[in-house]
Amino acid sequence: MQEILNIFVKSIFVDNMIFAFFLGMCSYLAVSKTVKTSIGLGLAVIFVLLITVPVNYLIDNFLLKEGALAWISPKLAEIDLSYLSFIIFIAVIAAMVQLVEMFVEKTSPVLYAQLGIFLPLIAVNCAILGASLFMQEREYANMGEVTAFALGSGIGWFLAIVGIAAIREKLRYSQIPAPLKGLGITFIITGLMAIAFMSFLGIKL
Amino acid sequence: MAEINFKLIKNPLSKENPITVQVLGICSALAVTAKLEPAVVMSISVMVVIIMANLIISLFRKTIPSRIRIIVQLVVVSLLVILVDQVLKAFVYDVSKQLSVFVGLIITNCIVMGRLEAFAMSNKPFDSMLDGLGNGLGYAIILVIVGFVRELFGSGTLWDYPVIPQSFYDMGYQNNSLMIMPPMALILVGLIIWIQRSRNKDLCED
Repeated sequence: MQEILNIFVKSIFVDNMIFAFFLGMCSYLAVSKTVKTSIGLGLAVIFVLLITVPVNYLIDNFLLKEGALAWISPKLAEIDLSYLSFIIFIAVIAAMVQLVEMFVEKTSPVLYAQLGIFLPLIAVNCAILGASLFMQEREYANMGEVTAFALGSGIGWFLAIVGIAAIREKLRYSQIPAPLKGLGITFIITGLMAIAFMSFLGIKL
Repeated sequence: MAEINFKLIKNPLSKENPITVQVLGICSALAVTAKLEPAVVMSISVMVVIIMANLIISLFRKTIPSRIRIIVQLVVVSLLVILVDQVLKAFVYDVSKQLSVFVGLIITNCIVMGRLEAFAMSNKPFDSMLDGLGNGLGYAIILVIVGFVRELFGSGTLWDYPVIPQSFYDMGYQNNSLMIMPPMALILVGLIIWIQRSRNKDLCED
């Protein structure tokens, strides 16, 4: 239990998707002009991460890894399909995003109206594929840890994009040198936020 | 003809630079630049993928139904990335370990998808290849600049060879370890954008 909590906290603050690994920067920069839209995108990312990372974990463990096919027959135990993981992961993500979109549209029109426009964007958000690849690389022990990692990464991403959106709303009224306006200052502020997040380094429960 | 082709390579280097102007492909650009070597290897990989993907998609552009084009593009790009990943693992294993997940992330690198959508879907194969080359080079330039600065000031080496003489350290010079931390990559790119835009006023946002 403690290990799960540890992974959760670590993936929010220390291994933050944006500040430590720059994942999902494209949509982070493009959609962070107002707080409201950034909350929508942030929620959609949490949502999709929570579904795709555990699914990819199951696929990795029962289909792709070396020896993962042993449950079908012992003869298949030597097969190592891990070189296929990129294409399988991205296919799962694209399919999952499509499914989630249809499901949300049917069950909760309110949520769909909020998330709807952002869901297709997410299929090509590097944070989603990145989380799946990190999951594979770090070799988490069980489903609980993977879910905690997915939720934590999502929340970390959410915090980052809402934070920068709030700052950018205020920035509109400040005097910035013309060449630095827009993109330039956003980069530098993200850098400063990342330095602030470095103070969480070494947190361990 | 020759003039147009030349533009396709030249524009992405400055006026239409994929990173500082089009804001594509930032994700992988920053994470691999703590040292020069991985930055160069990453640039070459991206360049290969983007040129090949542009060529393939451009060859098939008339037969791909527009409703499923994203999936088709993703499949083509993933196949190329798998090839690149296997080659890197076979020939430069150490660097491929350092790049870790970022090779895989070339798939979702917005540069590749962005160029496929914006250029290869509507242009001839040869022009698309040149466009891929130009954008790959534009990406590489930023990566190499950031990698150069971060390695020089962060570790005092270039391509793992020490360049700052020992006598400097004896006099009390110290490596700036903040440079190898992730935040500095962001700030450096911010500064590059600042310099570029103050030299070229057309690019300023209002």
